[in-house]
Amino acid sequence: MKPYMSWGRYPQSNPAQILPLSWVSEIPDFNRYARPVLAYGKGRSYGDSCLNDGGVLLDTSGLDRFIRFDPDSGILRCEAGVTLQSVLRLILPAKWFLPVTPGTQFVTVGGAIANDVHGKNHHRAGSFGCHVHSFELLRSDRGKVLCSREQNEDLFEATIGGLGLTGLILWVEFQLKRVPGPWIDSEQIHFSGLEEFFELSAASDESYEYTVAWLDCISTGNKLGRGIFMRGNHSTTRREDARVRRAAQSVYGFDPPEILISRPTIRAFNWMYFHRQSWHIRRNTVHFERFFYPLDQIADWNRLYGRRGFLQYQFVVAYEKKEAVREILTLLANSREVCTLSVLKVFGEVRSPGLLSFPRPGVTLALDFPFQGQSTLDLCEHFDQVVKKSAGAVYPAKDARMSSESFQTYFPRWTEFSSFLDPRFGSDFWRRVAPSRGVSP
Amino acid sequence: MTRRVLILGATSGIARETSRCFAAEGARLFLVARDQEKLTALAGDLKIRGAESVETYHADLTDYSAHPAIIARAFRLWQGLDAALIAHGSLPDQLSAENDPAVLRSAMETNYFSVVSLLTQLGKVFEEQRCGVLAVIGSVAGDRGRRSNYIYGSAKAAIATFAAGLRLRLAPAGVQVVLIKPGWVSTPMTEHLPQNFLFASAGQVGRGVYKAMISPRAVVYLPWYWKWVMGIIRSLPDLIFAKLNL
Repeated sequence: MKPYMSWGRYPQSNPAQILPLSWVSEIPDFNRYARPVLAYGKGRSYGDSCLNDGGVLLDTSGLDRFIRFDPDSGILRCEAGVTLQSVLRLILPAKWFLPVTPGTQFVTVGGAIANDVHGKNHHRAGSFGCHVHSFELLRSDRGKVLCSREQNEDLFEATIGGLGLTGLILWVEFQLKRVPGPWIDSEQIHFSGLEEFFELSAASDESYEYTVAWLDCISTGNKLGRGIFMRGNHSTTRREDARVRRAAQSVYGFDPPEILISRPTIRAFNWMYFHRQSWHIRRNTVHFERFFYPLDQIADWNRLYGRRGFLQYQFVVAYEKKEAVREILTLLANSREVCTLSVLKVFGEVRSPGLLSFPRPGVTLALDFPFQGQSTLDLCEHFDQVVKKSAGAVYPAKDARMSSESFQTYFPRWTEFSSFLDPRFGSDFWRRVAPSRGVSP
Repeated sequence: MTRRVLILGATSGIARETSRCFAAEGARLFLVARDQEKLTALAGDLKIRGAESVETYHADLTDYSAHPAIIARAFRLWQGLDAALIAHGSLPDQLSAENDPAVLRSAMETNYFSVVSLLTQLGKVFEEQRCGVLAVIGSVAGDRGRRSNYIYGSAKAAIATFAAGLRLRLAPAGVQVVLIKPGWVSTPMTEHLPQNFLFASAGQVGRGVYKAMISPRAVVYLPWYWKWVMGIIRSLPDLIFAKLNL
């Protein structure tokens, strides 16, 4: 059975109807539905931007055909339901790679545009939207619309990071990146605090294509902000093709006990992860899947959080406001919430064409929490105060709870964006953050 | 060796995945379905995924008069065929088929008559060629009549019997007949049914069909657990079976 939930499994939402799409030629007229419609790919958005309570979900996983691939120029055109995993299987043997990849390959190309996803190479390559040449939108009011930087540029910009609200993306054409092979030369370096992280990051941006840091999110006091900095480049010395790993299978038919996620287990995990390497720096050459998608090895890891689900809080602040990171980590340390995973990265200057895009120059921190009810929501609300004060923003693809006031502060161009909404499209997220603009079920 | 493969009902959810597996090994594919627009999209996708060449042919397979031309063309194109898969079918609404002879008849036309017409003619050509794999998609629904689904089930049961006989006839010629029995599969054909944990994805079943075609076995349940589920269902005494609301 295929449940239509978001990755965080919070909040629960019940679409009135599921409409699986298999063929572009058979997509019905959206005006036939009295309820708002919304595309749903692989359900990897964390919050409610992929949910449509009381509405119609268009399951795009059947729109998964390749349309054109030029192995010389590295330009790929495919339907919007193709996953990044399928793309990689096709392009890697021809020595091409995704220009930008998020932390999972189980997202669709359409979803990558709708959320304008970013990855470990943001400081070099910007977000996914920076590499998109064109796509075709199916709108309830205008039919098929070809969008690129030359044609319908305003709609092109609104759709990148547009949370799927500007119409249904039918196909996408984007530019791939040349690589020598599937291997990554990676380095892991201990750091003992945030200053050290920022120094490492600044020193690595020039010579490393991929940088990110894992933070020990449970240590406090003088250990606050310690972690492991990871950086890497495509390996030029090791280039042989490697077998693509078997897709992870779901290992449990039931929800694992919630005891797995508790303060003592997380503390133990963080301690072990930090001390996994006793020496300061560790170098190795790893398969790209291990480097980019460590969590993909555990199928449905979101279910470890049990029935109540989990939240992720990801924000960005300008580099000059990076003290906000410490402030938020301190708020976290003083709270009773258990942070299970935290990831820190410095974004670069490359601007996305997306009107509502999240990535911007600065520092981004992502924190995962098991959902424990009001106390978790309250803590995130405190974080919002800090982020607003620092003129930052929170990532809609990860959000299930920010107030409309917060959203409108973070994304002041939202009113401009709302003029590009497809009149028949809506989502739980949009009804929450912009109740005055959009359709209700 | 580049395999030459004929796929009938190529736009079905299961056939799509099987075709992709053949494309990945660099096979040549001859795709037959009703809708040319879909065939064109499929062919483009399969070529990018590695198929050496893809030919399409649009035809309504319930029109038997089209069968000889399709088969002749498929065999002539690459001077023979290594495998053929008959994958078209429809799931009739049991209630309307009970009440409307026209619906009943059309269900039989699609799921039985057109299939055995193709099997007969393909069998003959494969027999002359003295090699090849002829695969047909049946269903676990054919293993025992159930009140909710016996019309579709009876067509699939008839195909099973037909395939068993054809297998014996073609064995001396070195031609293998493979009967695939999928359980519940999430495809456009079953999209209106409430789904439970026994449902498998079309991708999983389509890959199973591919495996069954490259290392042929007589009868293959997909996924594997249906062999055991149906073993139990077949062995239940009538008295008990009647009490189960299946």
